[in-house]
Amino acid sequence: MTTGRKPIYLDYSATTPVDPRVAAKMIPFLTEDFGNPASRSHAYGWVAEEAVENARNEVAKLVGADPREIVWTSGATESNNLAIKGAAHFYAPTKGKHIITVATEHKAVIDPVRELEREGFEATFLEPDANGLVSLEKFKAAIRPDTVLASVMFVNNEIGVIQDIEGIGNICRENNIIFHVDAAQATGKVKIDLEKLPVDLMSFSAHKTYGPKGIGALFVRRKPRVRIEAQMHGGGHERGMRSGTLPTHQIVGMGEAFRIAREEMDTENERIRMLRDRLLKGLSEIEETYVNGDLVHRVPHNLNMSFNYVEGESLMMAVKDIAVSSGSACTSASLEPSYVLRALGRSDELAHSSIRFSIGRFTTEADVDYTIKLMKEKIAKLRELSPLWEMFKDGVDLSKVEWAAH
Amino acid sequence: MANVYFDHNSTTTIRPEVLSAMLPFMQSQHGNPTSRHVFGRNARDAVEAARAQVAKAVGVQASQVVFTSGGTEANNFAVHGITAGSARNGFDKGQILTSAVEHPCVSKPALALQAHGWVAKSIPVDESCRVKIDALEALLHVSSSLVSVMLANNETGAMQDIAQIVTLARTQKVAVHTDAVQALGKMDVDFNALGVQAMTISSHKIGGPQGAGALVLDKRVDIEPLLYGGGQERGLRSGTENVAAIVGFGAACELAISGLQSYREKTAALQAKLDADLRAMGANIFAADANRLPNTTFFAFPHIEGETLVTALDKAGFAVASGSACSSNSGEPSHVLLAMGVTEDLARGAVRVSFGSNNTAQEVDGFLITLQQEVARLKQYSAIAA
Repeated sequence: MTTGRKPIYLDYSATTPVDPRVAAKMIPFLTEDFGNPASRSHAYGWVAEEAVENARNEVAKLVGADPREIVWTSGATESNNLAIKGAAHFYAPTKGKHIITVATEHKAVIDPVRELEREGFEATFLEPDANGLVSLEKFKAAIRPDTVLASVMFVNNEIGVIQDIEGIGNICRENNIIFHVDAAQATGKVKIDLEKLPVDLMSFSAHKTYGPKGIGALFVRRKPRVRIEAQMHGGGHERGMRSGTLPTHQIVGMGEAFRIAREEMDTENERIRMLRDRLLKGLSEIEETYVNGDLVHRVPHNLNMSFNYVEGESLMMAVKDIAVSSGSACTSASLEPSYVLRALGRSDELAHSSIRFSIGRFTTEADVDYTIKLMKEKIAKLRELSPLWEMFKDGVDLSKVEWAAH
Repeated sequence: MANVYFDHNSTTTIRPEVLSAMLPFMQSQHGNPTSRHVFGRNARDAVEAARAQVAKAVGVQASQVVFTSGGTEANNFAVHGITAGSARNGFDKGQILTSAVEHPCVSKPALALQAHGWVAKSIPVDESCRVKIDALEALLHVSSSLVSVMLANNETGAMQDIAQIVTLARTQKVAVHTDAVQALGKMDVDFNALGVQAMTISSHKIGGPQGAGALVLDKRVDIEPLLYGGGQERGLRSGTENVAAIVGFGAACELAISGLQSYREKTAALQAKLDADLRAMGANIFAADANRLPNTTFFAFPHIEGETLVTALDKAGFAVASGSACSSNSGEPSHVLLAMGVTEDLARGAVRVSFGSNNTAQEVDGFLITLQQEVARLKQYSAIAA
């Protein structure tokens, strides 16, 4: 940075800063209270164990679960792997080997499913509608007698749309299908009540909700009891479902982050919605912009927009004063256009020129106003240099142009 | 009440330098290493710097280090990944040979793979906790996919002759994995000198935070991931990197290696003092004839319950273990001791002391006085009971 100033962070869906209250709660468990919660023979172990159980209560409370239904993992990727491979392996002998998921899932769902395909499972990757939502009719039509598992994310990481989890869950119940939901992007953003939601397995992450990286959880329903095959074996921690020394400070951090989310999400989300709507209004003043994904069934934190007639890479280079992402962070190292946007039917060009703005706890109105101003300036400049923009302004229908090969 | 921590094989205190290296990554430096903006690039740089520190500690190139959530994951990854890799290359599903004294996070994944066509076999050990080489040789006559033997045992501290095991396995072209979680920072750990294909290490046993570990790999080994997803760690371990813990792990590795010589001298002196007095008090020291880690002594007094003794010691301010932390809620006698041929009765008396570099001779003296009193008291009870 020439200014020596960090860019404005608008990438809360990639990861959030740790809330200072969370960090403060974690640090004692890195210093004086450093025990291994599995140590039963001394007070260091007991203190750590108590902290772990308090955190488990907080996580359970945010999502309306019983603490005994919460299994700690190293993050949502592990939770997704454990849920999908664990349930598929456990139930395949009695139910079958067909899995339903969605083309716009996170890679941490898609890739375990692909791995199961290599092992002999069959999978249906449902295409969502153009607004990013999965239609219940399409879902029903995909069910086969041997469908053992369905996995549908609560909130999409790129476009922020909220799926009809209750509707899909009810269909799964009627058809005796284990239902897994990746809720990594949902906690603190949408109300989750697992006492009522017909969901069997749900993945959570701390670092998308102002907690630390390296910790997550899997909800495993007790009534009716859901079984999974462990993916990590060892000391028998977490009732045998996930072995490994529990990282106490990280667990404490997740508990505190989820407590804050429970207590503050209602007011916080209203503030964030105002900011997002302000951003949307400002950016909509730019010609030829397209919002990706449904605007109603969507978390307030997310705005994903495509800017027509600008080249994606140049756009990212031009807006370095804001930290945003094009496509999800996990795939942004590759130059492939976002598979999520393509699944919505966006052209490669519009997918390439998309930006995900994700707003969070520490975003201010000034940040949003600066972003609007910056985007307007930079896009105008890029379009000034663009022959395509010139042709468009001259009324040429670019879809009918026959380009010469070279 | 004295507050003396003698349970460093269970988990260690974080060194202050490690904590200060970590703190920025729990606060202002919060990026996701996969993100391309400056927040992400800073996080990526920190992860790669830590990878270089970890690699240096075990004498490998940075690209041979795959970060995991800890030792358990790395061991599961090794056992699952190497066997799956060999199957995917068209090799038969052979035996998985693990020593009888492995941590359960090596032996249990091997047992779990029996449901998928492999055969898990246990390699016996002698009375000093050392793998019986002739028994391994005999086991290797049947087609095998993997040998896994830990470098140093978590309970007894006994070290294995890994180079010899590797030589044997190599004649049958079988890959060797070693769990070096308890060895790192306590003895020389040189990946290339050991000659293994994979090695597990962990952060929280060497003064780093819980939540980070690594599998160190020979580049020629074919290994399948345990976790699939975003493709982090060159596709071998998906999931957003635990940046703060990884940074702490790197810093801890650097300190563990620079401090190894003084650590060894300090803990060995404490161990010599402890062992001599324990013997004088009539205790059995397990694996006494093996090369042992300088910080670990596992012992028992006949007819005195380990749990009872450990509880009494805790009340007096000394934190020790009655077995490994992970199995200490099971009430079962240590599988390690039973494999060494120790009787169940004596095994129930087992107590583990594991020192750290901050422990002092005064603490050991205090511990021995308390121990003597408690043993005398408990002997009276057991005499009455008898």
